[in-house]
Amino acid sequence: MTSAPAPARATIAVQLRGITKRFPGVVANRDIDIAVRAGTVHAIVGENGAGKSTLMKILYGMQKPDEGSIEVDGRPVNFSSPADAIAAGIGMVHQHFMLADNLTVLENVVLGAEPGGFGRLDFRAARRRIMEISDSYGLDVQPDRLLEELGVGDRQRVEILKVLYRGARILILDEPTAVLVPQEVDELFGNLQELKSEGITILFISHKLDEVLAVADEITVVRRGTTVATVLPADVTARRLAELMVGGELPSPETRESTVRPEVVLDVRGLTVRAEEGRPVVDDVSLTIHAGEVLGVAGVEGNGQAELVDAIIGLRPATGTVRLGDRDLTDLNTRRRREAGIGFIPEDRQRQGLLLEAPLWENRILGHQSQRPNVTGPWIDRAGARADTERIVREYDVRTPGIDVAASALSGGNQQKLIVGREMSGDPVLLLAAHPTRGVDVGAQAQIWDALRTARAAGLAVLLISADLDELIGLSDTIEVILRGRMVGTADPRTVTPEELGSAMTGAGGTAEPAGPDRAGAPRHAAGTVAPADGAGSGRHAAGGGDAVPPDSGPGADPDLDTPLPGRQGPGLTGTGTTGTGDLANDPDVRGEERP
Amino acid sequence: MKRFDLERIGLGLAAPVLALIVAALLSSIALVISGNSPLHTFNAMLNYGTQPETVVQTINKATIYYLSGLAVAVGFRMNLFNIGVDGQYQIAAFFAAVVGGWLLLPGPLLIIVVVLVAVVVGALWAGIAAVLKVTRGVSEVISTIMLNVIGGGIVAYLLDPHRLGTIVGTQQVTTKPMPADAYLPGIPVKGGEIYGFVIVAIACGIAYWVLLGRTRFGFDLRATGLSETAAVASGVSVRKMVIRTMLISGGIAGLVGMPLLLGSSHAYAQDFPTGYGFSGIAIALLGRNNPIGIALGALLWSFLEQSAQILDLEGVPKEIVTIMQGVTVLSVVIAYELVRRFSLAQQQRRVGAELRASAATAGTGEGSPA
Repeated sequence: MTSAPAPARATIAVQLRGITKRFPGVVANRDIDIAVRAGTVHAIVGENGAGKSTLMKILYGMQKPDEGSIEVDGRPVNFSSPADAIAAGIGMVHQHFMLADNLTVLENVVLGAEPGGFGRLDFRAARRRIMEISDSYGLDVQPDRLLEELGVGDRQRVEILKVLYRGARILILDEPTAVLVPQEVDELFGNLQELKSEGITILFISHKLDEVLAVADEITVVRRGTTVATVLPADVTARRLAELMVGGELPSPETRESTVRPEVVLDVRGLTVRAEEGRPVVDDVSLTIHAGEVLGVAGVEGNGQAELVDAIIGLRPATGTVRLGDRDLTDLNTRRRREAGIGFIPEDRQRQGLLLEAPLWENRILGHQSQRPNVTGPWIDRAGARADTERIVREYDVRTPGIDVAASALSGGNQQKLIVGREMSGDPVLLLAAHPTRGVDVGAQAQIWDALRTARAAGLAVLLISADLDELIGLSDTIEVILRGRMVGTADPRTVTPEELGSAMTGAGGTAEPAGPDRAGAPRHAAGTVAPADGAGSGRHAAGGGDAVPPDSGPGADPDLDTPLPGRQGPGLTGTGTTGTGDLANDPDVRGEERP
Repeated sequence: MKRFDLERIGLGLAAPVLALIVAALLSSIALVISGNSPLHTFNAMLNYGTQPETVVQTINKATIYYLSGLAVAVGFRMNLFNIGVDGQYQIAAFFAAVVGGWLLLPGPLLIIVVVLVAVVVGALWAGIAAVLKVTRGVSEVISTIMLNVIGGGIVAYLLDPHRLGTIVGTQQVTTKPMPADAYLPGIPVKGGEIYGFVIVAIACGIAYWVLLGRTRFGFDLRATGLSETAAVASGVSVRKMVIRTMLISGGIAGLVGMPLLLGSSHAYAQDFPTGYGFSGIAIALLGRNNPIGIALGALLWSFLEQSAQILDLEGVPKEIVTIMQGVTVLSVVIAYELVRRFSLAQQQRRVGAELRASAATAGTGEGSPA
């Protein structure tokens, strides 16, 4: 946890001085100074878009810095391709694995660095090397298994092995935990300790502060493209790190006075979505949202939230009924549902929310192709659409030189503001907001929250999906917890803590780790993409392996747990027998038997 | 905004100019390698190509190519590759010719019926590929290529004296010729007659532009081409779009044979030309799926072909023109891609500058990397 006495403590493995990289229009990195000691885990943290990835691409030879110098093991280097970086002993484990599913582990590892010569492959030698590496670093890799049989954690170890096989002594891990479940994260951290003890230097890129605090020996914070501080984990709290990352006061998403009105806007009954193989991914979900109410859905990603939203907007076939006000939407397609007054902020804005190559004003039309002011009858109303795009740009503070630039030219936050502005247009009665502030900068986040609050006060019903628990708690009037496709409990955002929510989300009653040191009494904050900023108890770590290993019926399993009334007041998590934390039940299978 | 538009026009012109220069250079290299003088060859082509007779030929052929290019381009705009224009226009022209030969109607009315038959047959033939795609997931590339062969086979089978064909004059098997009052009159100019159907081709170009740029349907079509996932999330039914677009593409393809049928051959004989559908693919690429671009592409394609007729007399193999055509398409595709990237970078730079400016005034900067 603290800086281990590494064998070569004094030697610097990587020294970056004054690295500056400019892209058209933006400075991605400026005056980056980092010294990474050999045989340590050095974390680089920063928000999405802070410049971490660019920095790593420079270090891995994928991009050349405009200014500055790089030294590896005391020697100045000048990389013009990843091959140069590999030759200097630097290896990169990408966030998205670069492996071939239909090859074995052995074949994947040697691919591109095949042993032997004269067209002959010396698999025997390769296998020996792989086993050597696997044993000496405790990677536990089986060379003859097909990659498609392996889980995500195993694949990541293959990636690491692949890099070590090529002789790397310095490993760059780019957001390695993004794809892992909590248990695998712990295994990965174990592997990293092993690697470190064998003298490997690790650069660990992340924006998950609790993980960084757990694994790093030193932490460098990157903000707006430059290094703002290098700290020891023992000297900082997650909160302090978050502040360093965002540079000042953390904004708050909180909305407190209730604007919930009696009329029901969305009424979903018995909604079930099945995966292709027939397994239900959304299982008999019923929910109600009133005018002026924000219903937050909390859940570890992949528990059916995305499918739930898709089913409500009509992108996925489902059984059950969906009513909007007094209209039955069940048999309507996506366009008719949008026309009925549903705004939709999709999870993946670049894939689902925008036409990246089209100008902003055409993106204004997207999703509203049949509504004024974009069209009159079958005709596109260019003047109307353009004028309304100007309005969105103005009202939602989209930073752009004009409405004729392509959407891809905007930064993520401004793209999202455009989407939010568009979906709020035409007076929707219901907004489906999936991760509305994911990956956007803090300023844009505050603006998006403001927009949601204003619309809510005006009577908009909102279904909010978010992985940011602080955002969920801060914006929602009611929180429903989803686990393996089922709604397993209701929480009152006024009293619930992220820790309680985190353990409810995993169904792991009582297994949440103790709250962070500065947790008690601290006001709630959200730090943009810093998600669990408030200590190790929230977010990913709170999961405590619950998703991977479902515990048996939790101690607090309550047979009376049923779909509670939205907006119902009560302490903490309703549906728990007690008011304590983490007692929410648990295994949905157990609960299933108790259902009528 | 004005400056922006000017720059956009400048960039728009840069690509074709760049492409043509590169294409001319590469063609010259090919000529030199084959032992011919590039200057002499180009000169001969230019001289012959600007003769009034050649110009008329060029325009007539370009009319055919233009329709073929439009048919392909409609599909391209939504990432649908209709490789089957070739088969679609042949089978459409065949059935249109059969109807034109058998139906007893006054001339102008017959012309309209013949054209409608061609559109419907072309659309139906393309529709087979569309239905296969949306119901069975068959790639339209594969199915349209196969339908080309099947279509050719059906025409060959039916074009038989015992079936829908007759023997006229020599041993030529053909459909029953259309009556003389159903000949579409040409436009007389110096050097010959331009197909009257050129008017229809121009109208198709305008309709294409209006449909894609100004209608909801066109927006849905382009949105599907730019990002299918975004289009689906916006409420577009991709299945319906595939069917409709394929029908439109096939319908236009049905017109490809009409200038010839109505303007000069008046019957579908065994020597009815093939291959215009494939030229259409190259021309749609040349014209960047833009109605004016396709027109210029069709004219260039046709000009190269017609002016090459002189080359044999000059001792230069006229196959060299095939190289020129290929090189031109490649250069255009590459040049446009380069210009597209450049203009995107330019836009990002401008957005960045805007952000810096507002950051300076508001004091809240934003430095997200590209």
